[in-house]
Amino acid sequence: MGHAIAFYLISALILGFAVLVVSTRNTVHAVLFLVLNFLAVAALYVLLTAQFLAVIQVMVYAGGIVVLYLFVVMLVNLKRPPEDHSSPQRRGWLGVGLGALVLAQLAAILVWGGVGTPADPYTMQNSDLALNNVERIGMLLYTDYLVPFELASMLLLVAMVGAIILAKREL
Amino acid sequence: MIDTYLIPLIKILFVLNATLIAVTYMVLLERKVIAWVQVRLGPMRVGPYGILQPIADAVKLILKEDITPARADKWVFTAAPIIVMVPALITFAVIPFGGTVNLFGREMPLYITDINVGLLYIVSVASIGVYGIILGGWASNSKFPLLASLRASAQLISYEVAVTMTLVSLIITAGSLSMVKIVEAQLTSGLWFIFVQPVAFVLFFIGGLAETNRAPFDMAEAEQELTGGFHTEYSGMRFALFFLAEYANMIVVSSVATTLFLGGWLRPFPNLEALSFLGFVPGWMWFLLKTFVFLYIFLWVRATLPRYRYDQLMRLGWKVLIPIAIANVVVTGIVKVLL
Repeated sequence: MGHAIAFYLISALILGFAVLVVSTRNTVHAVLFLVLNFLAVAALYVLLTAQFLAVIQVMVYAGGIVVLYLFVVMLVNLKRPPEDHSSPQRRGWLGVGLGALVLAQLAAILVWGGVGTPADPYTMQNSDLALNNVERIGMLLYTDYLVPFELASMLLLVAMVGAIILAKREL
Repeated sequence: MIDTYLIPLIKILFVLNATLIAVTYMVLLERKVIAWVQVRLGPMRVGPYGILQPIADAVKLILKEDITPARADKWVFTAAPIIVMVPALITFAVIPFGGTVNLFGREMPLYITDINVGLLYIVSVASIGVYGIILGGWASNSKFPLLASLRASAQLISYEVAVTMTLVSLIITAGSLSMVKIVEAQLTSGLWFIFVQPVAFVLFFIGGLAETNRAPFDMAEAEQELTGGFHTEYSGMRFALFFLAEYANMIVVSSVATTLFLGGWLRPFPNLEALSFLGFVPGWMWFLLKTFVFLYIFLWVRATLPRYRYDQLMRLGWKVLIPIAIANVVVTGIVKVLL
């Protein structure tokens, strides 16, 4: 019962902050709501007894990446009103299209993936998984999911090299 | 009921209050120590040897006029000091002040909680504190605070990388992320980790100085260049929050360093029988003593060393500390596998 209340409360917070991120006019405020959103997601992870994931979520997203966003926003957005893009209507239709696409994706997962009854996370509280979060994730990453893990790190490396080349004219 | 709610609540209240008192007295201690280094007396008027000075300071700061600059962003301006202070305080939730003691016929561990990702929790909470500094400078709507906050945040992000890499090698040595388990690992190995990981210790301490914005890395508040730094526009209690958060962070770094490198609540050479007479000093006393040594070094360094130039600071962070930290991780890993 308590878990259900906490889940719906945190989910409502996540959705609320997400709406505020896109609806706020001030860009710095939008970034701050994004931080709150990430923190609420971390709370959701804690509720699922994924403490490691929660802490990493705070460290990497809320504490690392968004700080860089904030940097960019603060330096770019000095007292200039948001420029009007070429055609607001076209942008609107693009948004509707993308939204419909995401909705269709979710519906497809529901229909073909099936909701099923996944193992109730709340009963895992005292299980091996809850106690040895870090060890278990490490084992999985370096055995079953080794290739996706390495691919992801390659992707990050490529992105980093790209950013350095873009930023530095002469190497 | 008592075990799940009442006792943790009492512990939290106790730790919070003890921390805040320690923070206010750190301010006095800093003034005194720097005064002694400079052959002055320091505060002497309020109470014997100025011992009541923190109370006078607090009264002064609370009674001062609280000014918000006219074109400041009110919400963010108000939130920034809070964002700095809260992470500094909630870190104490996972710091083990001592082992388990018998109190009123009840086994009582001297820490609020022991989570299995304790060390990562501290690192991630500390990374949230950066926002307070960035936002405080931005919301003031004034150029010097903005410049200072940009400097401070660039510095914090750079040194965060170095400190986190350093901690990785320590985690490999200890084999756990839980603060209590790390101390227990030092008990089983019989050596404080400062002897096992001396390089990591030096890196952590330099990084800790930079992370707390202390001299010689107090770039964010370089008075001569930036008229006081990101909190120039703050006054009264809000300024005090920024100020106290810096000292709270110093205590956090010192207690983390004590736990990780100096064996937390353990006595020196915990497995050596010849030194077992030291057992009459309780564990929490050892912890406080070691933390105090660190805090004293913080003050000592500030009184002694001149400030780094900004580009030197960034060069030190990225070109010296981070490569050494990564090399240390690699060497630690190889040694751990070979042994």
